[in-house]
Amino acid sequence: MDQIFVTIKQTIMNLAAPILPDWMEPLLSIKISIVAIAILGPVTMMYLTLLERKVVGRMQNRIGPNRVGKWGLLQPLADGIKMLTKEDIVPTNADPVVHFLAPVLIVMPALLVFAVIPFGRNMTAVDLSVGLLFFIAVSSTTTIAIFMASWGSRNKFSLLGGMRSVAQMVSYEVPMVLSVVPVILIAGSLSTNAIVEAQGGWNGFKWFVFTPWGFFAFLIFFLCGVAECNRSPFDLPEAESEIVAGFHTEYSGMKFALFYMAEFMNSFTISGLCATLFLGGWQGPVLPSWLWFFLKTYALIFVMIWFRGTLPRFRVDQLMALAWRFLLPFTLVNILVAGYWYFARGPVKVAVATGILFFTFWALSKLNKVLVPEKRIYRFAE
Amino acid sequence: MEKTFTLQDLGASIDTQTLEVNIGPQHPSTHGVFRMNVVLDGETILSLKPVMGYLHRNHEQIAENMSYTGTMPYTDRLDYFNSMSNNLAWAMTVEKLANIDVPERAQYIRVIMAELTRIVNHVSVIGFLLNDLGAFFTPVLYAFREREKILDLFEETAGSRMMCNYLRFGGIKRDLPAGTLEKIKSVTSNLPKFLDEFEALLSKNEILCMRCQNVGVLPAELAVSASITGPMLRASGVNYDIRKVDRYSIYDRFKFRVPLGSKGDVYDRYYVRVLEIRESLKILEQALKDIPAGETISKKMAPFLKAPRNFKPPVGEAYARVEAPKGELGFYVVSDGTPQPWRYHVRAPSFINLTILEDMCIGQKIADAIVILGSVDIVLGEVDH
Amino acid sequence: MFYGSGVLRGMLVTLKHFVTSYFIRRSPETMRSGALVTLQYPEERLKEKERYRNFPFLIYDKTPDNLRCVACDICAKECPPKCIYIVREFDKDGKPLKRPAVFDIDFTVCMNCGICEEACPFDAIFMDHEFEIAGGNRQEKLLFHKDDLLKPNEHFHKIRPTDAETIDKRLREADEKKKAAEAAAKAKAAAAQQSSQTAAQPPKTA
Repeated sequence: MDQIFVTIKQTIMNLAAPILPDWMEPLLSIKISIVAIAILGPVTMMYLTLLERKVVGRMQNRIGPNRVGKWGLLQPLADGIKMLTKEDIVPTNADPVVHFLAPVLIVMPALLVFAVIPFGRNMTAVDLSVGLLFFIAVSSTTTIAIFMASWGSRNKFSLLGGMRSVAQMVSYEVPMVLSVVPVILIAGSLSTNAIVEAQGGWNGFKWFVFTPWGFFAFLIFFLCGVAECNRSPFDLPEAESEIVAGFHTEYSGMKFALFYMAEFMNSFTISGLCATLFLGGWQGPVLPSWLWFFLKTYALIFVMIWFRGTLPRFRVDQLMALAWRFLLPFTLVNILVAGYWYFARGPVKVAVATGILFFTFWALSKLNKVLVPEKRIYRFAE
Repeated sequence: MEKTFTLQDLGASIDTQTLEVNIGPQHPSTHGVFRMNVVLDGETILSLKPVMGYLHRNHEQIAENMSYTGTMPYTDRLDYFNSMSNNLAWAMTVEKLANIDVPERAQYIRVIMAELTRIVNHVSVIGFLLNDLGAFFTPVLYAFREREKILDLFEETAGSRMMCNYLRFGGIKRDLPAGTLEKIKSVTSNLPKFLDEFEALLSKNEILCMRCQNVGVLPAELAVSASITGPMLRASGVNYDIRKVDRYSIYDRFKFRVPLGSKGDVYDRYYVRVLEIRESLKILEQALKDIPAGETISKKMAPFLKAPRNFKPPVGEAYARVEAPKGELGFYVVSDGTPQPWRYHVRAPSFINLTILEDMCIGQKIADAIVILGSVDIVLGEVDH
Repeated sequence: MFYGSGVLRGMLVTLKHFVTSYFIRRSPETMRSGALVTLQYPEERLKEKERYRNFPFLIYDKTPDNLRCVACDICAKECPPKCIYIVREFDKDGKPLKRPAVFDIDFTVCMNCGICEEACPFDAIFMDHEFEIAGGNRQEKLLFHKDDLLKPNEHFHKIRPTDAETIDKRLREADEKKKAAEAAAKAKAAAAQQSSQTAAQPPKTA
């Protein structure tokens, strides 16, 4: 049961082996993985949109969509048909090449990073030895696509929204990468599979999230991941309560659907990577490995949707202040603590590490008055 | 010798221009058709001009050609969230003009309806403010749950959820149906728990505090000189609540306090409204305990229930004001003895409170302008009447 | 408490609502906190409130010819947006009858205020509860004529039982009083005739 997808792939390869020439076998193996991912990616995104609407609806004490198909399961189909049948409007002054390429370029990194995520035991599509670096590098190219979208629209407000988005994504990349460094230190490798296996054993208590530095690194990575995906509470680029709809104002129909798809696929991959790095990936006692992976990823996606349903959004300068003045110093201290952890022995390392990290948290919240709420006193008149 | 480049050499001109933007009549936030002409320098606001009038419906002209009772349904539609308060203000104006007394039971029912309206309004305003901040409708829907219960009450007594048309000169149109007082008691007994939950969701939320504190500060002297009234004024620290100052209707029989803010920013306006809901609950408790039995319309005006067109008030003028949830709502009427008023004017609180919007927004970012507008709490029906 | 605790407390509230929305359903009387409040319209509907007022309707007592309206035009005069148009009916000789020939209400103008119901001295027009009256095009179902507006007294009893009882009682009492007055007048007339008859007869003298 655990290796069911691997065995399916092996069976197909065995069936095809007599027919195909030698040089085509690796190609076929890759093609099967690609087909699997190409089905998984968009289908995940479609049902993620439905999941988000239903979960946010339940949080607001109402049922989400439930008229199209039982429980609304055909709603993504209806949404897809709607998007496809909309008129594709391109502004006259827009730069046609840039305007056209932007949605394409934003979906590509979202799909590419599916290759290095370990979905289960022996189920990574491409087991690169620098998998994590590949992930971070490729997902950073989303930034250029967003800038292309805002520039190509020839709209003052799109440009404003796009610049804000670029600033946000670039400034949240730094704490994200730095918070991953302790994981690489302790696991000793950049390959995602090796990181998962370094968290094996003891039925779950060797996951990195249960160590002091890992816990804070997990929180920081998750927050930065949410910011990378442009989701609430960092969804300033697509805020509707301001005057613009952000960098995708001028897009309609299928191109808009591509932006939407990229956002959800990004959130899936970030959650997947977070589960891999900190929550032990596919490790888990009884259930098949791929089921554990999906459970952990969807738990993190639920937290992202939970954020969206509850929190108001940040203003742009407060967002930057959070990244540069709070999260960045914290990640640097985290790296030092992880280094100490690697060399120290015995229970005293837990106490020292926890102590240093809590002290840093407290000190940073004291130093950043602009981020902390003030106490107010209200008086009453008779 | 090395050559240094400047941007001018590359052909770029670096004098910046200010950007003029219309936060247009089709508003992303749900305040109605309202336009703001904003001049921006980057993200900072240099000047802001509100443009109103998209919802002008000629209310004053209509009222000058209509019988006095016939104007009552039109006053519902002024501030369409708080129709009972508007009815109360108009009824009080005509009662002042024609010297009509209101029996006890009618007074109590009027106060109960006015305070229920205040709760409805404040709770919705907080919800809409959070919607402007980006909290994706969750506080709005929690607030609307409570509002629904109160609107059901209005439907049972007056016949309609929002356009109540319930008050008449000298009392109210019809007595409450059987069982309404128990229903009001059960709704108000649930409200403190709801408020605690609402506050747990919102009041100490770091993101809310960051967005709302020290944003849109309104100093007390500026507020008083611009005739701002209502929760905005009290959030700036000025102790002026018309229920305490004028002691109209029977408000002097109830013990309640007036919450005051200290700084006058958006957070204070939000929190003063939360505290005012609690004070309204106190008034409701006392009113429900003390409500007497009796008739619901004064003997002098009872015949006019059946024949509104015959009501001819004496010649004269009157101005009466109430503490509507949005501020001071006043009606000014001049009568010349005929069944139609000679002059009719509405002092709408949202309209007057909007005049200070520019002073509050200068120097803030564009994102803050929306939040400040949400905290001023306007309803376009009132702004444009 | 610590920085971030406000956010976490808010998130706990939302989580509580998420979980309880699966277990607590809306009950018609009170909505408990955290209940799922959605009504699946049109399969489930809200309870109709008795005093709910939507558009007006005219009442007839037993047959549509027996309508209570006497075309006095008071409701048309009182109506704030002036949406009622009444023309009195005349019989063949040109004498006015106490019935309307034309009674039109323009539903695009009517604002459901209920003043026509308050002002009618003959209890002929009341506010109905019908709200699902959308028409398919611009001509349908926007101007209602007398025949569309007439509804029987039983309908009134069904939608507003307490008011219908009160009005029926009042009409019955008025009717009985009128009958009693007529009977008394007839008796007086008969007695007067009797006495005049005895007066007209010559007294029997011996």
